[in-house]
Amino acid sequence: MATPHRGELPSVSEVLEPAWVRYALIAVALAFLTLFLFVPLVAVFTEALRKGWEVYVEAILDEDAISAIKLTLITAAIAVPLNLVFGVAASWAVAKFEFRGKSVLLTLIDLPFSVSPVISGLIYVLLFGAQGWFGEWLAAHDIKILFAVPGIVIATIFITFPFVARELIPLMQAQGSEEEEAAVVLGASGFQTFFRVTLPNIKWGLLYGVILCNARAMGEFGAVSVVSGHIRGETNTMPLQVEILYNEYNFVAAFAVASLLALLALVTLALKTFIEWRLHENYADDATEH
Amino acid sequence: MSAVAIPAAPPVAVKPRSAPYRVMPGFKLSLGFTLFYLTLIVLIPLSAVFLKTFTMTWEAFWAAVTSERVVASYKLTFGAALIGAAINVVFGGIVAWVLVRYRFPGKRIIDALVDLPFALPTAVAGITLTALYSSNGWIGRYVEGVFGLKVAFTPVGVVLALTFIGLPFVVRTVQPVLEDAERELEEAAASLGASPLQTFARVVFPTILPSLMTGFALAFARATGEYGSVIFIAGNMPMVSEITPLFIITKLEQYDYAGATAIAVVMLIASFIMLLTINLLQAWARGKSGK
Repeated sequence: MATPHRGELPSVSEVLEPAWVRYALIAVALAFLTLFLFVPLVAVFTEALRKGWEVYVEAILDEDAISAIKLTLITAAIAVPLNLVFGVAASWAVAKFEFRGKSVLLTLIDLPFSVSPVISGLIYVLLFGAQGWFGEWLAAHDIKILFAVPGIVIATIFITFPFVARELIPLMQAQGSEEEEAAVVLGASGFQTFFRVTLPNIKWGLLYGVILCNARAMGEFGAVSVVSGHIRGETNTMPLQVEILYNEYNFVAAFAVASLLALLALVTLALKTFIEWRLHENYADDATEH
Repeated sequence: MSAVAIPAAPPVAVKPRSAPYRVMPGFKLSLGFTLFYLTLIVLIPLSAVFLKTFTMTWEAFWAAVTSERVVASYKLTFGAALIGAAINVVFGGIVAWVLVRYRFPGKRIIDALVDLPFALPTAVAGITLTALYSSNGWIGRYVEGVFGLKVAFTPVGVVLALTFIGLPFVVRTVQPVLEDAERELEEAAASLGASPLQTFARVVFPTILPSLMTGFALAFARATGEYGSVIFIAGNMPMVSEITPLFIITKLEQYDYAGATAIAVVMLIASFIMLLTINLLQAWARGKSGK
C-alpha cells in the first residue's frame, strides 16, 4: 500500500480531463456545499445576533436556558463515560478473542444507529410509562424515570451507544495483540496491560469516539423529545429549549441557544480533523517501523 | 482479519494455565460486561416494541399500520428520503471527486465541514433551514419569487432537510475508494485512445459504483428515521407533509401506545431490511476492491 503523497506527482486527471471540466466540477461542488453547509452555518449566528450582542447574551443567561445547558451537560457527563467503558470492554472482547457469534454481536452493537430517534424514545415509554412494563412498580415506589431526568439520560445512552465501540473495534483489530501478549507473558496483570500497553496505542481512536459520542449526546433531539415531557426549567435539554423558543416565535432566543450548539458542532469538527491527522501520522509511523 | 487471531502457546517457562490458548486476560469480564450492557440498554427495550404489538389483534395491528393517514406518511417519508439520497449520490459523488482529485484554496476546511450535518444537532439544522427557506428567508424569498416554488411547509422542504442530513454519507463512502483507485488504469485507458468520458464510464464508474450505492443506502436509511431537522420545515399537515416518525409522536400524545408501537414495528422492520442491504453492499464493495 505505497500510496504516494498527494500532490507530489503531476495529477493524472490533469492529463485526462479538459480544464473547463475541472473548473465546472469544482464550481458545482462548491455551489452545492455553499447552499447546504456554509449558508446555514452563517445563518445560525446571523439570526442569533440579529438584535445585537446584548439581547443575545440576555437570551443565553435566561434562567430556563441556563437550566437547559446544565441538564445537557449532566446528561452527557453520565452517558459518555458509560458508553466509553462499554466501548472499551466490547472492543477488547471482539479484537483480542475469537468466539462464536462475533458478527452477530457486531451487528447488535450497531443497532441503535439504524433505529429512528423517535422509536429510541418510544421503547422507554413502553418500559417506564404509566402503562409500561415497569410503570406500576415505579409508581408504587414513587420513582420517576419517564418525563424526568433519568429517562433523558437513558434515551441518550441508547442513542450514543455504538460510537466509542465502533471507533475502537477496527483500530484494535488492526493493531493485533502481540504487544499485550508480551506484557502478560512478562507478568503484567490484565489492567496493567490495558493501561500501560493498550491505552497508549488506542488513545487517539478513543478520543475520536468520545468526541463524536459527546456531540450526539448533547445534540440529540428526537429520542429525548419523546421521553422528556418538556417541563420548562426541569426536563428541557438545549435542543428541546430551542424547539420551545422557536414555537413561541421567540426566534432570536431560539437561535441564541442554537448558536451554542452550532459552536459545539464546529469544535467537534475541528477536534475530529486534528485527531484524524494524528491517527494518520501514527499509522505512517507504524508502517515505517515494521 | 488479523493474523494473530490465535495466539501462540505460552513459553515453557510460564506456569501452566488452564486455558493454554488464551494468553490474553479479561475475556470473561469484557464479553460478560458487553453482553450485560447490550442486553440492558438495547435488547430488552427493543424487544418491548415487538412484545407490545403481540397484545394487539392482527386486525387492530393491520388497521393501525394501513390507515389512510399513515400510508400517506410512508409515501412522503420514503419518497422524500429516496429523492434526497439520489440528490446526494449526484452531488456527493461530485464533491468526493473534487476533494480527492483537484487542488483548490480552502480544500481542507471544506473537507472538514462536509461532516457538519453529522455534528450539528438536528433541531438546529431544522430551525435554520426553515428560516432560510420560508417565504421571507434569505433563500426562500428568491426561490419563491423567481421559480414560484414554496419550499418551507411543503413536501419540498422535507426533501431539502433529508438531503442536508444525508450529505456526508455518499461523500465519505466514495472518498476513500477514489483515493485508493489505481490511476494507472485511467492513464492506460487514455493512452489507448479512450476519451475522458469513456475512461470515466468504463474505468472509474465501475470502481466507485459499490461505494455510491452504499452511500445511497446509508443516506436513505438515515433519512427515513429522521425527525428533528424535518418537523420544523415540513409544516406537518396530515396527508400532505406529515412524516412517519412525527405520526408516531402524534399517536403517543393521544395515549394510543399500541397504535404508535404498531407503526414503529413497520419502521423497525424497514430499517432492519436496509441494514441487511447495506451489509451486503459493503461486502460486495470489499470484494470488488479486493480487500
